[in-house]
Order: sequence, then structure tokens, then C-alpha cells
Amino acid sequence: MTTVAHLHEETDAPYALSHLDALESEAVHIFREVAGEFEKPVILFSGGKDSIVMLHLALKAFAPAPVPFTLLHVDTGHNFPEVLEYRDRTVEKHGLRLHVASVQDYIDAGKLRERPDGTRNPLQTVPLTEAIQSLKFDAVFGGGRRDEEKARAKERVFSLRDEFSQWDPRRQRPELWQLYNGRHAPGEHVRVFPLSNWTELDVWQYISREGIELPEIYFAHEREVFQRNGMWLTAGEWGGAKEGETPETRLIRYRTVGDMSCTGAVDSDAATLDAVIAEIAVSRLTERGATRADDKMSEAAMEDRKREGYF
Amino acid sequence: MTSTTEQFADLSATTLLRFATAGSVDDGKSTLVGRLLHDSKSVLTDQMEAVEAVSAQRGQDAPDLALLTDGLRAEREQGITIDVAYRYFATARRRFILADTPGHVQYTRNMVTGASTADLAVVLVDARNGVIEQTRRHAAVAALLRVPHVVLAVNKMDLVGYQESVFAAIAEEFTAYASDLGVPEITAIPISALAGDNVVDVSANMDWYGGPTVLEHLETVPVSHDLTACPARFPVQYVIRPQTAEHPDYRGYAGQIASGVLRVGEAVTVLPSGRTSVIEGIDALGESVDIAWAPQSVTVRLKDDIDISRGDLIAPSASAPATTQDVEATVCHVADQPLAVGARVLLKHTTRTVKAIVKEIPSRLTLDDLSQHPNPGQLVANDIGRVVVRTAEPLALDAYADSRRTGSFLLIDPADGTTLAAGMAGESFASTAETTVQADEEGWDF
Repeated sequence: MTTVAHLHEETDAPYALSHLDALESEAVHIFREVAGEFEKPVILFSGGKDSIVMLHLALKAFAPAPVPFTLLHVDTGHNFPEVLEYRDRTVEKHGLRLHVASVQDYIDAGKLRERPDGTRNPLQTVPLTEAIQSLKFDAVFGGGRRDEEKARAKERVFSLRDEFSQWDPRRQRPELWQLYNGRHAPGEHVRVFPLSNWTELDVWQYISREGIELPEIYFAHEREVFQRNGMWLTAGEWGGAKEGETPETRLIRYRTVGDMSCTGAVDSDAATLDAVIAEIAVSRLTERGATRADDKMSEAAMEDRKREGYF
Repeated sequence: MTSTTEQFADLSATTLLRFATAGSVDDGKSTLVGRLLHDSKSVLTDQMEAVEAVSAQRGQDAPDLALLTDGLRAEREQGITIDVAYRYFATARRRFILADTPGHVQYTRNMVTGASTADLAVVLVDARNGVIEQTRRHAAVAALLRVPHVVLAVNKMDLVGYQESVFAAIAEEFTAYASDLGVPEITAIPISALAGDNVVDVSANMDWYGGPTVLEHLETVPVSHDLTACPARFPVQYVIRPQTAEHPDYRGYAGQIASGVLRVGEAVTVLPSGRTSVIEGIDALGESVDIAWAPQSVTVRLKDDIDISRGDLIAPSASAPATTQDVEATVCHVADQPLAVGARVLLKHTTRTVKAIVKEIPSRLTLDDLSQHPNPGQLVANDIGRVVVRTAEPLALDAYADSRRTGSFLLIDPADGTTLAAGMAGESFASTAETTVQADEEGWDF
């Protein structure tokens, strides 16, 4: 013990970790636990900022070896073209393998029916859970953060899902210390959330510190949008302005990236990382509150979707 | 926008404090958490609007801040908190992760869960009731889990006329009790969560109190650096062997430093095998470094090519832990199915999971009065007891008193994977002279 006390006098300060270093270290620990304990893990990768940060952390966790996981994207068929382009470029760059589960394929095959409101986000659950079952993934990394939504605040880092991928908040395993219990029966799987303890601001600060590239739609640009249910939406193959909805060109950016039909843009002139961080630091709206239509469907919308197997 | 750079600099400089709250049902814990979030401006407009709308719909006069934290359908319907939730907020000085633990349903296991990663615990007391059984239980759990700092928040001071004497008596009784259990640092603060006294803003109603508000204390309490003051422990999580043209011979041991400091050139021993080598290099997530410390995730390379795999522990040869197959510990039983003498279980310690058998349950503790019941035969949900477990393979286990990370373990049901118990190796206030079993030939390091 005397040597250690001496050490402290010598160098003093360096033993504290900044909050970003602490979060990074914890997330890397989670990735390595999964690599050590599971047979066939997969990272849910959408080309959104949280999954991009997840992939960046995974690359660091196993360097100089390749990431020992494949990627899975649930493509609603209504994704932003810029994001799909980013997704494919990233997969190529790191020599990764990507599985795509397509909502459009399910609709074409008559296994899913288009909703009257045209929103495909809730339809993702079926292709997601079927891909997990058929490809026999036993650990599925998601970029979900507990600060996003109050149902997610209750989510474990290792979240056991039954053979129907269902989440039962009342039957979660207590999670103690950093001892994650990933045991599961055949057919069950574990959802793993390495960014559980990160906030939206942490994610952006980390992106800035690490110099991580993002799809351009996260930064302010001029775009033709129209307003629906208080949100600025971009027209696309999924549809566009209806009668009484007038398209207009605005300076906007996206705070989250999801399905085009339910992800709203925010008015913003933040064209750089520093400007985005400054904007978020003073924002009085939550990330999902500002931009996600599906969370507004009911007071427990997220909880209900999570129970069904949504990420 | 002029303050952008300053703000960013401030945010980058902050450290992280993990803390847990504990309180009985009607002590106003949700209100305190809501108040802390609300008054520190951590509640955003859309969240507040949702709370206002629901409160109004229910016919309440003022927004019910407790609604900010009750996230599940069943919680809102029943007005209770079912499970631990984690909340995040920040001030200019620090980032916070709050483990918000429910007061009454399955209290012990939930508080154990929240306290296991906490640097600080806030124990809430109703000023009208003073120290009750539940308060003693919370103090005991904080002591058992060795939470470094405990705050006693004496709430509802507005309902006792903000009297100093009421506060002083409760603070004295609690401090005496918690100190006896070994809680190292106790700070008592008189508050009214409902009225906002001394939570974030200094109370105008209690001139006699000269200490910090709850938030001020949370912002300034030193984040424990005791991880680095202990001998180094490095559980190997994963072996990194790229076997690529670029890195044909790279062999690194990936893990998170559980305690202490590792240095290049240090002589190390690998446990349980006992093989020795020297640290040749440390890669801190892409950067080669000479020194690394807990809780950094790093990759360690050794001079000699020895057989090391997940579950092994690398420690400085000068201060390597002993290994044992006989684990004596205090456990908190967290599952609904009981744990009985003779049960075959899995024991997960750091990155190592081994088969084990419960040899004895020497005693069960009643948290209310700290009385011991010898040989209960089994432990059920929320019980705290002493156990003796024999493992199939040797473990390099520290005393929980020395390291929360390498002294803790889980007992897992091999049949369905259920986490049965949270274990803390070595002595605690729950061990008594009468119930301590004879040490085995292997011997303990503590």
C-alpha cells in the first residue's frame, strides 16, 4: 500500500477519468463481455448517430483485430438515401458483413400490411425479431439510451428477451456491479445496450472528440419540407404533402435519423459539430419529443413497442 | 451563442458521480428526485408538459413531480415504483447518474442493485417519523455494499415547523447507527422536497442550517479514487489475436482494470495458474501508454507467450491475491426462488464463471434489528445471509472490503440462468464470531 500512496503524491491528478472516458471504458467492457460469452452477436446498425458511435466503440474495443460481430439493419423502405449511402460505405470501409431485414419484402410478400397512416416504424418489429430467430443471433446490440424515454430508463444493460423477443419489465434480472448475466435458453436472446448510461449530449461530445464522420443530414442544410402533426417531414418514395400541407424550403437538420415518414427535422443553423453541441446543450426539448411521431401515439408507446420486441 | 466555447469547455471538464436514492413509500423520494431534476433545470419542456397534462387530467392542483420518474404503465396506474430506473442530469460542475430505487416493493434487492455501483447513497427520512426500521435497513444496505458516502435527507421539514431540534435529533440517531455499521461518511441535510428547501436552492426557512444543499453536496463530494489506491487487478475478458498480415503475432489480453494501476515493465502473475511474466505493452483503445489505471479498458501485452484465457486474472507479482475454492461471503438473495444448502449453482466472479455448491448457510440477518438467525437452511427473496460456497475451480477473489469489483460475485441458477444472489466476499457486519465457520486449509488473504 505504501508504494501506491507514493504513486499518488507523484502524479496526483491523472487518476480521475473524464466522464467521456468513463463512459467509453464502460461501453468497451460491455462489448468485450458479449464477445467473450456469446456465440453469435450482432450489432443493430442503421447509420444513425447512436449506432455509428456503437460501431466506433466496437472497432476500438477489439483493435487491431477486426470487430467480431456482424451488422443488422432493419430497412423500412423509407430510409433517407444519404443514410443508406453512409451505411453501405461504412460497411465496405471496415470490411464488415451486413444483414438487411426489409420491411418492404414483408409487405410485398403479404406478411405485413401497410398502416393507414403510412408509418412503417412500428412494422419493424416483425422483420427484426424474425431475423434474430432465423439467423440465430444470441446477443443483439442496440444503441438505445436510458435518457431517451422513461420506459427505456428502466432497461437493463443486458436485457433478456424470450423466444418471441418480448420484454417484460417486471421480470428483469437485477443488474449488480459490472457483473452482467447473459445466460439464456436456446431460442431466447439478450439485447445489449452499451450506451445505456450515455446522454444525447455525451454522444455528440464523443463524436466531436473522436472525429467520427456522420451522415450530412445531422447538420444544418436547406431542404424542402412540409408540416404534419407539428413536425417537418421530407417527402420521398413513402409519400409527401397532402392537401392542405404546403411544402416549403427551410434551414433544418435532423436530430435523430429514423424512418422518413415519422422522423421530424428541427429548424437549425448548426452546421458544425461545435454548433450542434451548443444547440443541444441549450435545447429545451428532448431528442425524441422533438422529432419522433411514433412516441406521441400514446403515453406508453415506447413501452408497448418494447414489450413486443422493438429495440 | 457567445457562451458556446465556455459551455463546451465546462461540460468536457466534468466528472461523473453515480448515486442512489433510498426511501420508504411516503417519504417523498419521487418528489425529491423530481425536485432535483426540475430545479437543476434537467427537465425539458416536453417532459414537463406531459407531467402537467397528466396531473391536470387527474385533477391535481400542481404538477406531480413524481410522474417524472414513474415510467411504466403499471407504475403510473398504481402510483408506485416497480423497479430501479436510471436517470441522467448534469450541472456545470458534474454529470450525474442516479439509480432511482423503489421504496417498498422488494426493497432490499432493489436498493442493493442501485447501491452496487453508487459512490453515494441518499437515504430519505420523514422528519415527522424520524429513524424507522426502513431507515435502519437502508443504512445497513449502504454499509454492506460499502457505498463511500451517505447523505441523510431529513424531508418534510415544513411539516415540523422547520425546527432545528427535530433535525438534530434524527441526524444524531442516524449518524450513531450508521457509523456503528461502518459507513465512512455521513452528511445530514434538512430539506423539504415539496417546497424546495435545501434541495437545489438554499432554504430561507432554516437559517440555523449552515451546510450544503443536496445538489451542492452532490456536486462537490469527492468521487472515490480508491480504485487506484488498491493493488492492481486485471481480469482478462477476451484475447485479441488478429492473425492478419499486418499483425501476424499480436496477442493482447483485453479487459477493464478492476483496481489499481498497471505499468509497462511490471512483473505480473497470472491466476489461477500462477505463471509469471512482465508487462511488455499497454494499449489504451488504440493508443500505446506506459501506465493505465482503474476503471480504464485496455489491452495488455506480456513478454512471454503463456497460456492465458478469459477468466484469468493478471496482478502484480508483488501483490497478487491468494486463490481459493472455498468462498465465504455475505449475500443478498435477489430471486424469487430460494437458495438452499446443497444447491448447485454457477458463480460469476469478474470474467470467470465456475460451478459451485452451497455448502452452508451459517446465518441469516434481520436488517431491522441486525439480529442473526443461525442455520436458516435457505435464503428467500430479499434475505441477507452468510454463505459458504465451494467452487469447482480456484478463484482469485479479494475481500469486498478491499475491492467492490474483485470482491463481488453473482450466484446464478444453472437451470434457467436466473441471478439468485449478489455476493460480497469476506467479512462484513453480518458475520459474527458464533457463526463464522472454520477456515479451510487454503486460507484466506484477508
